[in-house]
Amino acid sequence: MKAEAAPRTVKLDYLTRVEGEGGLYARVEQGEVRELRLTIFEPPRFFEAFLRGRHLQEVPDITARICGICPVAYQMSSVHALEAALGIDPGPEVRRLRRLLYCAEWIESHALHIYLLQAPDFLGYESGVSLAGEHPREVERGLRLKKIGNALLEVLGGRAIHPVSVCVGGFYKAPRRRDLLALRDELQWAVEAARETVRWVAGFPFPEFAPAYEFVSLRHPDEYPMNEGRIVSTAGVDIAPAEFEKVFLEEHVAHSTALHSVRAGERTSYCVGPLARLNLNFEKLTPQAQEALRETGLAAPWRNPFTGVVARAVELLQACEEALAIIEAYEEPARSRMEFTPRAAEGCAVTEAPRGLLYHRYRVNEQGLVEFAKIVPPTSQNLRRMEDDLRLWLPRLLERPEPEMALACEGLIRCYDPCISCSTHFLKLRLQRD
Amino acid sequence: MGASTRPKLAVFKFSSCDGCQLALLSLEDELLELAGAVEIAYFLEARSQTLPPPYDVALVEGSITTAEDSKRIQEIRQQAKLLVTIGACATAGGIQALRNWKDVDEFTRAVYATPAYIETLKQSTPISAHVPVDFELNGCPVNKAQLLEVLTALLLGRAPHLPAHSVCVECKRRGTVCVAVAQGIACLGPLTHAGCGAICPAFNRGCFGCFGPMESPNADALLAHLEESGHAAAELVRLTRGFTGFAEAFRTASEKWEKRP
Repeated sequence: MKAEAAPRTVKLDYLTRVEGEGGLYARVEQGEVRELRLTIFEPPRFFEAFLRGRHLQEVPDITARICGICPVAYQMSSVHALEAALGIDPGPEVRRLRRLLYCAEWIESHALHIYLLQAPDFLGYESGVSLAGEHPREVERGLRLKKIGNALLEVLGGRAIHPVSVCVGGFYKAPRRRDLLALRDELQWAVEAARETVRWVAGFPFPEFAPAYEFVSLRHPDEYPMNEGRIVSTAGVDIAPAEFEKVFLEEHVAHSTALHSVRAGERTSYCVGPLARLNLNFEKLTPQAQEALRETGLAAPWRNPFTGVVARAVELLQACEEALAIIEAYEEPARSRMEFTPRAAEGCAVTEAPRGLLYHRYRVNEQGLVEFAKIVPPTSQNLRRMEDDLRLWLPRLLERPEPEMALACEGLIRCYDPCISCSTHFLKLRLQRD
Repeated sequence: MGASTRPKLAVFKFSSCDGCQLALLSLEDELLELAGAVEIAYFLEARSQTLPPPYDVALVEGSITTAEDSKRIQEIRQQAKLLVTIGACATAGGIQALRNWKDVDEFTRAVYATPAYIETLKQSTPISAHVPVDFELNGCPVNKAQLLEVLTALLLGRAPHLPAHSVCVECKRRGTVCVAVAQGIACLGPLTHAGCGAICPAFNRGCFGCFGPMESPNADALLAHLEESGHAAAELVRLTRGFTGFAEAFRTASEKWEKRP
């Protein structure tokens, strides 16, 4: 059937079941997308500007407040960047605890997104609360998984949202072995529940859609990427984190308080997040996580953004297994943090937030005060890719009434688990540009 | 159906990190029960369905930083019988209120590649600077148990039972050795509203005031003592100028210590 000639508009004033505030405007004429804007109107908060003059030890607490859903990601990228500047390495015990903390955040964030934010799209509900009416067993499983992530965050950091234990040099205090072991039974349950989650989401109805992505993530020689590694892509990028800004650029566009990241040179979009990590690091998953993914029958490469929910579930399983293993082997360290002497220096780091690559760079002075900060969050890296996806996706929806088109677009945006509050603070200091 | 008789709850977001509304979703054990007791009428982060006003209770997260938001909060006030601010941004202006001590015009020019695309107010202000607020819940983020207590109290028509004392009392209750006395760590515990459970001292660090100043704090006495114990004035300015730095007692203190030689 021929697409109708009359122009059609798709307008979503507010995206729902995403973190932060944004909307979508698109105009289609003669079956072609003439205009498409993911409008981000979350007010700018100027983090990179007001970090100037703050002490470097305050940075992990302040940057945590960029995002209430992934504060640990901001703490992790900031402490690693600052430790790179100071030239210190807190050692293997701190490293393991940081990985455990990140696992806890992945569990909490992935469970939230899978069960409360995205599953309703596939099963035809408007929210997790409505979904619970007819699928109580699944939603209760999701809430219990989420609670385990939060419980682990509370033991490690005092509270689940904006935990207080992370510092440059390590942790203000290491957890007691008995407090972590108290979570072992729940985590054993969580491994099984996460495995169930993979089976459950793999049964969702996925539309046929597989754009040609460039996936970008960290890669580490020994483990599934979280806190360190090289930045790699499916188009052959393989760089140290310090080269990030040579390969990826940010552009300021009129309809967004968030910058858009693109590849330097071609200015093409790229994709970060669970699907990217999975495509670039499958062999680093635990055997059980690999097996769970094989069981779904979904074959590599995984390019359908709607199957991102499967990638997220596989990572949920990975994080539960790893958390359990770290807890079982945990010994309380003799000291939880190392001392340091401030020096005038610059450092950067990349870690894997639940939603994807998170880059931080700081310059500090000899008093330990921040002189420059730059933060590139995952959602601003995905924004251009989301718009590209929508341009491909919209022409397939023209037979549908406009409200349904809008809903189908919103569902695609939600696949990216966008974190809009995060994406709006990323402004390059022009005066500081080389 | 009981839907029409259940109280209608709405959740609104302004300039913030989403952490305080996330605290609602972090009530894993109570969330489904809560959703049965109230009609969640407007909560964009959690559900697509929205019901029209009026609302019985509006929870407001975030501070006012744009002209448009200063209008939107007026509309929300008219739509809500009870308006409750949740968290440090809505109650004190949040960490983004650090701009309030800067020249924001210069700031915007310096920071943005294309400043004309950006609209922002010179100050980040709490909700109470714009409309009357029925109840303010402190915290960066709010404590989810306190949030549940406030909702329960409002639904039952009673006053919420929330402690008015300082973080120091919470430290004593949990048996934490005072980090200020024993280790000389600068700690805002004596000035700060209880509610977090005194987690920072329990983690071997000083309180940084994220629950805001308690009623009638004696900031002068504490800061003078900290200065005598060797903490530089600049450090004390940073300490009081944090997540609730624009709350009056902390604002006055940081401005006073900033002027010290």
